[in-house]
Amino acid sequence: MTTTGSVPLTLSTAPLPHYPAAERLSLVVVGHVDHGKSTIIGRLLADTGSLPEGKLEQIRELCARTARPFEYAFLLDALKDERAQGITIDSARVFFTSARRTYVIIDAPGHIEFLKNMVSGAARAEAAFLVIDAREGIQENSRRHGYLMGMLGIRQVGVLINKMDLVGYDQRTYQELVQEFSGFLAQAGVTPAGFIPVSGANGDNLTRRSTVMDWYSGPTALEMLDGFRPEASLVEKPFRMPVQDVYKFTAQGDDRRIIAGTVESGQLAVGDTVVFHPSGKRGRVRTIEGFNRPGLRRARAGSATGFTLEEQIYISRGEVAAREGQPAPRAAKRVAVSLFWLGRQPLVTGRDYILKLGSARVRARLESVERVIDASDLQLTEHKSRVDRHDVADCVLRLKTPVAVDLVDHLAGTSRFVLLDDYEISGGGIVRAVLADGVAAEQVTSRPVGSGAVVWLTGLSGAGKSTIAERVCAELRDRGIKVEHLDGDGVREVFPTGFTREERHDHNRHIAFLASRLEHHGVVVVASFVSPYRESRAYARSIANRFMEVHVATPLEECERRDVKGLYARARRGELSRFTGIDDPYEAPLDAEITIDTRQVSVEEASRQILEWVRGNQT
Amino acid sequence: MSNLDQLESRSIHILREAYHAFKQLGMLWSIGKDSTVLLWLARKAFYGHVPFPLIHIDTSFKIPEMIRYRDRLVAEWGLTLIYGENRRALDEGRTFPDGATDRVTCCRLLKTEALTNTLSGEWTRYRYDHATGKYQPDPNREPFTGIIAGVRADEEGSRSKERYFSPRSVENLWDVGDQPPEFWNQFKTEFAPGTHVRIHPLLDWTELNVWEYIERERIPTVALYYDQGDGTRYRSLGCGPCTHAIASTSRSPADIIVELGSGKLRNVAERSGRAQDKEDGGGLETLRREGYM
Ligand SMILES: Nc1nc2c(ncn2[C@@H]2O[C@H](COP(=O)(O)OP(=O)(O)O)[C@@H](O)[C@H]2O)c(=O)[nH]1
Repeated sequence: MTTTGSVPLTLSTAPLPHYPAAERLSLVVVGHVDHGKSTIIGRLLADTGSLPEGKLEQIRELCARTARPFEYAFLLDALKDERAQGITIDSARVFFTSARRTYVIIDAPGHIEFLKNMVSGAARAEAAFLVIDAREGIQENSRRHGYLMGMLGIRQVGVLINKMDLVGYDQRTYQELVQEFSGFLAQAGVTPAGFIPVSGANGDNLTRRSTVMDWYSGPTALEMLDGFRPEASLVEKPFRMPVQDVYKFTAQGDDRRIIAGTVESGQLAVGDTVVFHPSGKRGRVRTIEGFNRPGLRRARAGSATGFTLEEQIYISRGEVAAREGQPAPRAAKRVAVSLFWLGRQPLVTGRDYILKLGSARVRARLESVERVIDASDLQLTEHKSRVDRHDVADCVLRLKTPVAVDLVDHLAGTSRFVLLDDYEISGGGIVRAVLADGVAAEQVTSRPVGSGAVVWLTGLSGAGKSTIAERVCAELRDRGIKVEHLDGDGVREVFPTGFTREERHDHNRHIAFLASRLEHHGVVVVASFVSPYRESRAYARSIANRFMEVHVATPLEECERRDVKGLYARARRGELSRFTGIDDPYEAPLDAEITIDTRQVSVEEASRQILEWVRGNQT
Repeated sequence: MSNLDQLESRSIHILREAYHAFKQLGMLWSIGKDSTVLLWLARKAFYGHVPFPLIHIDTSFKIPEMIRYRDRLVAEWGLTLIYGENRRALDEGRTFPDGATDRVTCCRLLKTEALTNTLSGEWTRYRYDHATGKYQPDPNREPFTGIIAGVRADEEGSRSKERYFSPRSVENLWDVGDQPPEFWNQFKTEFAPGTHVRIHPLLDWTELNVWEYIERERIPTVALYYDQGDGTRYRSLGCGPCTHAIASTSRSPADIIVELGSGKLRNVAERSGRAQDKEDGGGLETLRREGYM
């Protein structure tokens, strides 16, 4: 423990150095209490020359005067509170700079009571150092923090094995820890960028290569940091903007109706059609609004923006704006989630909570606890009906009204939620799956990762569904992936059925069920059916876990012109009745993941797009 | 996105969350550069409108130019401005300039007490009347439940512990050790009756960012920040008797950016010209726990 008890440091008014606004990367340092986080941060500040002038000397002097050993950790202990308790209580923000960029460093406290401060700090970080004391080895919070890094979505994690000086710079000790902890991290789903043996006290392998650990040839901590990348831009992902508010300020004759929010991912341009979820309302973007930026054409991921629509439709806070033609979020009333709990009271069934996701706010209840993960050894506790403070758990939640969500593997931003108990933010989590009623969570969440999916091709007869489906199946098979092609004609041959609305719907429902069962066993199902009704396709989507709707949108004239099977001619002659497109309706998809017009897109290109989606969804 | 764009977007997001969550919302405007940037961001967030009142605490010792500049912007931008003061302490001369108290006590009386009582509606609020250009007692005495302030984490130690949404108890106290968690753009915006929340959209900005933004957006700032020819300027603005100019020949935001980035101010505390910070080691933090900004 850093015992800064009565050292009269007047750091509370210390300035932080300023740096040019070059590239920045935010870093959080986590780990068990006393494993040396503050010391390492202090070292990084001092050894990169990022401290205010004279600060280091001032503290050395003070320590000498009060007959205390000098500690690098003192540099951070800027608050009286901390000095009194000797523990870091919050995520202070400090900066240091390397030749490459500026680091905003977030010192997250390791003490379990301050987990919420740790989470608050870490959630903002783009990279993390997890510090482990070589002598004490892996402790409860080393594991808990490791696990949370994964859940918070921090992908760049370096593990520093600290206090190597206390174990005689022993390679064996280091290697044993590396082995044990990599095993744990693998289980927690975190792939570390690497392990580094360091000494915070002496500065080994932090900014300068250790002269005593010549057995280690990897990067120093600073080199590893400089190799990290700022978070990948989300501009290429599907567009999402949770609606924060709709502004209509009438002052000074302003009659704009501006839908405001911050773009979570993707981008939006004037002229795009947006679909609001879960209401399904839609409109065309007339303008992108900026206060002192007239003529904006585009809004991209990360920007706090606003737009107006051609149509006057009623939209309210809580909806998510998505773009037509891109994968849509899903309306969920029942979700399988992973979460961590910070509340003083445990998370229990039979109690109302508030779930906030994006700008949506909805009443929620805990339906069941699938498993609780004991962070002290990452054992799974299956038989627990509640989630206690500081637990990490997989659960099923039921929402009072539908909320638009994405699944964490597809689009993490709009899969993250917090839970409020009374007025307090008491937990946070990620949506792993959307569950239809009556479907058990394990049916969809315990699947081996990266396996099944349902690719559902819909479109008019002769649109090109089967051709594309066959091509996709062949390519998947070539890659050793289990596939099943369910085709309209093929299934009808075995199970003949009629063409009334009810018969068609039932037929599609049976196929959908079959597809979801196959998917559950790790098969990629490619289903090619006219499936003319939205209702049938919505059902198929609701019971599948990873579902992709492909609209093969070759227009009627073209299908009829091709008329490969001569069916259109027969329908026109009246020999066939209830023929889709002629005398039976085709309800075009509103939220297909991909739309393909075979007049413009080749079979190769279509299948490439589908494969990309299937692969993109394999984690 | 540039760093400034990111900071701007995050601040706007927070302002919009605050506007949605709090019926009785106000923004503190000290006339200084930070809260003026905040005001500018509000105009951006709400497309030229500022849909809540600005609150100014008048210690009566503010440099006169600051008040002139304040009233000019209020008129030009059509802002709702309310000011409050500690009339009794001023009438009784219980201030540092009158020689009756030390600096920290003076701050407590003229700023902290005036602020708390103005926010709660207990003391008279004066509102700018756009028709007459004069201030009138405001009949509205509803307590404010959400207060937006231009606090930055890099200003000094205690501010680095703030949250974007920081609840204050009924007694206005700030419990530094037990603050709500904040992550994934979700903030504490629901609260028990009696508590209020301080909202800090500028928390992640540095002094340099503030100047870069003023320069980029051409935000009008009070001339006291610039050298008017005598080789001095103010770096941080407070009351006349407790704020001192620093030696500097910067005449524009661009000059200040250079001065801050590479020049002689690089390692000198921003508030070094503010005397009350130095009175005792933890003076400012103690003030802040009691409600000082
Ligand atoms: N010998 C040695 N002691 C260290 C090292 N790093 C940290 N310490 C000591 O471990 C104690 C806890 O360190 P601190 O940085 O406060 O830990 P934190 O709680 O993780 O921030 C302090 O007394 C440090 O001096 C190191 O590399 N070697």
